Amino acid sequence: MGTRPIHNDGKEHLKRIVTRPGPFTSSAAALGLETLETLERLKVLVIGAGGLGCELLKNLALSGFKDIHVIDMDIIDVSNLNRQFLFRHADVGKPKCDVAAKFVERRVPGVKITPYYGKIQDKDENYYMQFNVIICGLDSIEARRWINATVVGMVDENNPDSYKPLIDGGTEGFKGQAKVVLPTMTSCLECQLDMHAPRVQVPLCTLATVPRQPEHCIEWAHIIAWEEERKGDMLDTDDPDHISWLYRRALNRAQEFNISGVTYSLTQGVVKNIIPAIASTNAIVAASCCNEALKIATACNPCLGNLEDEEANTYMMYTGDDGIYTFTFRHEKKDDCPVCGTLAKELNVNETNTLAEFLEDLAARPETQIKKPTIRTNDKSLYYPSPPSLEEQTRPNLLKRLTDLVEDGEEMAVTDSDGSITFKFKLVFSSK
Amino acid sequence: MLKIWSMKQKQQQAENAAAGGSKKKKITAAQLRVQKDLSELALGSTMRTDFPDPDDILNFILTIDPDEGMYVGGRFSFSFAINQNFPHDPPKVKCREKIYHPNIDLEGNVCLNILREDWKPVLNLNAVIVGLQFLFLEPNAADPLNKDAAEDLKTNRESFKRNVRASMAGGQVRKERFDKVTK
Repeated sequence: MGTRPIHNDGKEHLKRIVTRPGPFTSSAAALGLETLETLERLKVLVIGAGGLGCELLKNLALSGFKDIHVIDMDIIDVSNLNRQFLFRHADVGKPKCDVAAKFVERRVPGVKITPYYGKIQDKDENYYMQFNVIICGLDSIEARRWINATVVGMVDENNPDSYKPLIDGGTEGFKGQAKVVLPTMTSCLECQLDMHAPRVQVPLCTLATVPRQPEHCIEWAHIIAWEEERKGDMLDTDDPDHISWLYRRALNRAQEFNISGVTYSLTQGVVKNIIPAIASTNAIVAASCCNEALKIATACNPCLGNLEDEEANTYMMYTGDDGIYTFTFRHEKKDDCPVCGTLAKELNVNETNTLAEFLEDLAARPETQIKKPTIRTNDKSLYYPSPPSLEEQTRPNLLKRLTDLVEDGEEMAVTDSDGSITFKFKLVFSSK
Repeated sequence: MLKIWSMKQKQQQAENAAAGGSKKKKITAAQLRVQKDLSELALGSTMRTDFPDPDDILNFILTIDPDEGMYVGGRFSFSFAINQNFPHDPPKVKCREKIYHPNIDLEGNVCLNILREDWKPVLNLNAVIVGLQFLFLEPNAADPLNKDAAEDLKTNRESFKRNVRASMAGGQVRKERFDKVTK
């Protein structure tokens, strides 16, 4: 495929959408041609430049967004080329985000795409604060949880700009989902943690005693043989020598049990938990995510999580493996969600207070009233009333001054004695 | 939706970013969940926890002193390693001693369904420690990780009991020497 620039002729259609309200368009939506200018000014962040990311970048650019940023930490592998259509053979080995950004910029004149090659964790709130919408095309739950917690943690009730709508797309084979999180207002990704099907695991004893399938032999090599024979060696699933070692062990075991089908690529697939990715599923989910972004940006139609409707759906699931089925529903916010259940409140404390005095104060304050609280920061266990060994180890902190334990503005989490309530605070020290 | 953004120009945003941003580390969702699980932990008189680094609640050691069953008189310790994906991922649990048990292999791997195939995020650390405790009350020959021990348990319960006692004292069973775990 060449790189001939195409005219963004979608603009005529866009104009129609943003100037003519539909039956469900909010009466508060200020539609008009200015809406298009707004759209061009908005800054969108795409996280991930893989299967979903390529689709998202292309869709956003063709939908009128002009200022797009993209983060990805991967380099292009030859196995990506079947569906990650912004990459060519010559790009193998280059960072995905750089190549994707250049490709879309070439094809859609006027669009600026700013790539960042690295981890989302490299960036702080100052960075994420600059965006109006964040769209995730991620393949890991860990990364989703991180960005979700960051976006929810950025919410400042007094600053409307601090609410960053988060659109999350995900696919696995023929299945996928698109959802919108309006931090603190709708259910967040942490509220939905149990919606992710855990990876199917085979009992350890089956692996150890009666393998029946080639995968069992590979998992045995992965979990048991490696530990026994290469203790202390960190397994690197990207190291071909390591995979070869596992493959040979798995093959021996398979022969022992008369099992056929252990291959190098199956070994790689099992050990790295590679799930077949289907290009069209990515296209469906990314299209849906992009349309949500467009609706959030222009208010031309109600989006998932629409604030004007308390019952608005937030979650669209797509199932294409047993026939075809989609279902859109409202995922309810969890009151006890560790991320969005409580936001860190600022708390003024006297800088001469000890931890014990602070805890007494917490028990007395009408809004907290926590007795025997467990309390920690990211780095430190400040005080744990149970289990007993941890109580003993953290007891000396009670007599220390708060200023020696916690930095000004640092976040702390306080859980009551039966684990039912957790508050988060940011301490602000004052001198009286 | 547009209403939640003031559509004013970026300067204001930049100001807000400078004021509201923070590089301070936040408590992670995994830490919060473990904190909650620890406060709900019911250890009773037969179990204790030890934290090599009290500031790190994601790594600790659980010690079990069974007060009934075939393993009474022994003291068994397990390392718990919890990652930032908890509770989506189960904790990684290993027995720190080399013991003679049908469901624990010589490397300390434990065959307990809720640690692997039946783990669910709604389960908590308490469920895991109850499961571990149960392994000492009811060793299970149907899910063998140490095939020899399972075979012994299946064929002759009395001789299995004798083997357990010998192994706990640091003796040999079937030419394999075990760690002394008696108190």
